[in-house]
Amino acid sequence: MSGPTAPVPAATAPTSDVPVAVRTVQLRKVFGELVAVEGLDLTINKGEVFGVLGPNGSGKTTTIRMLCGLIAPTSGTATVVGFDIVTQAEQLRRRIGYMSQRFGLYDDLTVRENLRFYSAVYGMRGAELDARMTELMDNLDLAPLASQLVSELSGGWKQRLALACAIAHRPDMLFLDEPTAGVDPAARRHFWEIVHQLASSGTTVLVTTHYMDEAGRCDRVAFLSRGRLIALGTPAAVSEQFGLSSIEDVFIELQKRDEGVTV
Amino acid sequence: MNLATRIRSSPLWPMLWKEFIQMRRDRLTLAMMVVLPAIQLILFGFAIRTEVRHLPTVVLDESRTSESRALLDVMRNSGNFDLIATVNSRDDISRMIERGAAAAAVVIPPDYMRELRRGRTAQAQVIVDAADPLSSQSALSGAALAGAARTEALLTGRLAVPVPLDVRVRPWYNPDLRSEVYIVPGLIGILLSITMILITSMAIVRERERGTLEQLIVTPIDKTSLMLGKILPFVIVGYVQMSVVLFLGRILFDVPIRGSIGLLYLIAGAFIIANLAVGLVTSTLAQTQVQAMQMGFFFIMPNFLLSGFMFPRAAMPVAAQWIGAVLPLTYFLDVLRGILLKGAGLSALWPQMLALFAFAAALIAVSVRRFQKTLE
Repeated sequence: MSGPTAPVPAATAPTSDVPVAVRTVQLRKVFGELVAVEGLDLTINKGEVFGVLGPNGSGKTTTIRMLCGLIAPTSGTATVVGFDIVTQAEQLRRRIGYMSQRFGLYDDLTVRENLRFYSAVYGMRGAELDARMTELMDNLDLAPLASQLVSELSGGWKQRLALACAIAHRPDMLFLDEPTAGVDPAARRHFWEIVHQLASSGTTVLVTTHYMDEAGRCDRVAFLSRGRLIALGTPAAVSEQFGLSSIEDVFIELQKRDEGVTV
Repeated sequence: MNLATRIRSSPLWPMLWKEFIQMRRDRLTLAMMVVLPAIQLILFGFAIRTEVRHLPTVVLDESRTSESRALLDVMRNSGNFDLIATVNSRDDISRMIERGAAAAAVVIPPDYMRELRRGRTAQAQVIVDAADPLSSQSALSGAALAGAARTEALLTGRLAVPVPLDVRVRPWYNPDLRSEVYIVPGLIGILLSITMILITSMAIVRERERGTLEQLIVTPIDKTSLMLGKILPFVIVGYVQMSVVLFLGRILFDVPIRGSIGLLYLIAGAFIIANLAVGLVTSTLAQTQVQAMQMGFFFIMPNFLLSGFMFPRAAMPVAAQWIGAVLPLTYFLDVLRGILLKGAGLSALWPQMLALFAFAAALIAVSVRRFQKTLE
C-alpha cells in the first residue's frame, strides 16, 4: 500500500521505510476541569492491529480524535504516519481513514452515493473513481445494496459501508472508534476478517472496543483508565500483568475500581 | 496541472453534488422553500392593512334634520365609517364602545340646524376608541375630511363664490395607497433573511448532530469548499424564493416592477450572502438544531421590527434607528422599494448598494474566522 491514489500528490512521507506508524510523547488533553488524557506515551508499529481498551470516559475517543487531527492536544506531541498531528494535520488527513462511533454516513443518500461522495472528496474522479467503487463494493459485498438508502440499512451493513468509505482512498493508517457497537456477531466476525486483511497488506489499524473477544484479536492492546495508560502489551501479557486469567477479568476489575472511585 | 483540472478535482464538486441530492430528497424542506413564500405573501398581502377603513360607528343624531343627515352622508361616503346603528343616549355610546361593538361615534347636538341657520358655527362631535392608535388615526383624519368637505359645500352654497384655497395631494408611486404594494417588496427581504439564516445554520448543525461533520473534518476537504458547498445551494434557493414572490406579487397584488430587475438581482446577491454569513456564524455557536433556530429568531426579530418592514423608521426613537442602521435588511428594503415602486436606479441607490456589499464582505470575513475545521 504505497503511493498516493489521489491526483493531488500527498506530501511524500517516509512511511515506507519507517516501521513506526504512531508515536505519541506525553500527550495530554484537558477539557475545562476534566483531564481526559494524561501523559500518554505510545508507539504503534506499521502494519499492527492495535487495540485501545478501557471503560467509558477513560479517554479512548479523545485519543483517537487527537491522532486524527480533529482536536488539538493541550500539550505533548504526536506523529501519525510521519506527520505531526498539529502542524501537518492537512497532509495527515490524506493518509488516514477514520470511522467514528456514529459511522458518519448520510442517511438520506444511498450506499453508492455515500461511497462516491467520500471517494470524490479525497480527489478521485472518473474511471479511477468508478474502478475503486466497484472494487470496494465487491470486496465488502455491498453491490446488491448499492441503491438502498442508508436509513434502511441494518447496523451491520452501515458499519461495513462506513468501513468502505473510510478506506476508499487506501489510507496508510485506519482509526476505528468502537466500530462494532450494536452489530450482530456474524457481522462482527466478518468485519474483523477484513481488518486483518487490511493489516496484512500493510495498513496500520488502531481500534477501540468494549468487546473482550475483539481485544484478543489485536496484536497488542493498551489499557486506559481515567486518561492514563495503565497496561500495554499482547493480550496474554496484559492479563498476566494483572494476575488475572483473561482480558475480560482485567477490564471488569478496572471498571469496578474506576466507578468505585468516581461515584 | 491546469486550471480546469484543478477546478474539477476540487472537493467542492462532490460537496455540491451531495447537497443537491439531499435537497432533492428532502421534499418537505424543498416544498417549504417554495410554498412558504407563497403562503407568507398571501397572508401578508391580504391580511396586513395599515390603512383602517370601515370603522363600525354608531350615531346619536339629536338634531334629526336634513342638515344633520347631509353630514352623516358625507361621513358614510368617505368609506372610513360604517354607520351601524342609531342610539338614543351618550350612555349607549359608552356601552357600545366598551363592548367593542363600535369603534367610533358621531354626535350631532339638537341645535345643529339652528346654529347653521343663524350663520353661527355649528358643532358636531366624533368620539373615537383610541386604544388602537392606528384605527383612531383614520377616524380622526376621516372626520376632519368630512367636516372640511361639508363646510366647503355649505360655503359655496351660501356665498356663491369659489373656495379661496384648494390644496391638492398627489400620492406618487402608490396612488391608491394600497398597503400591499408597500408590504410585498419588504416581504422578499424578510423571507430571504429567514431562509438564509435559519435553514443554512440548521443544515450545518444537522451535520454536526448526525456526526457527518466529524467525518467530513477528517477528510482533506478544505475549509473553503466545505463552506461554499453548504451555502451555494442556498443562494440558488434564495433567488428562487425571490422570483416566486416577485411573480406572485405581480399577479395577485399588481405590485409593479418599475426599475431594473438586473440591478435588483445583483444587489440581492450581496444581501443573500450577508445573511448566509450570519447563518454560518450561528451554526458555529449552536450545538443543536433547536438552538440554531432560537438564535436565528433572536436575529430575525429586530429585522422584523426595526428595519422598516412593518413600522416606518422615521417614527422610531433614535436608539432604535441606530439598531436598524446595522441591519442589512434596512438597506435592502430601500433597494426593493426603490427599484420596484419608484423605478430608482444606481444613481439613487448606490449608498445602499455599497452598504450591502460592505455587510457581505465583513460578515463573510467573520464567519470564515469563526468556522474552523475542528470539533472544538
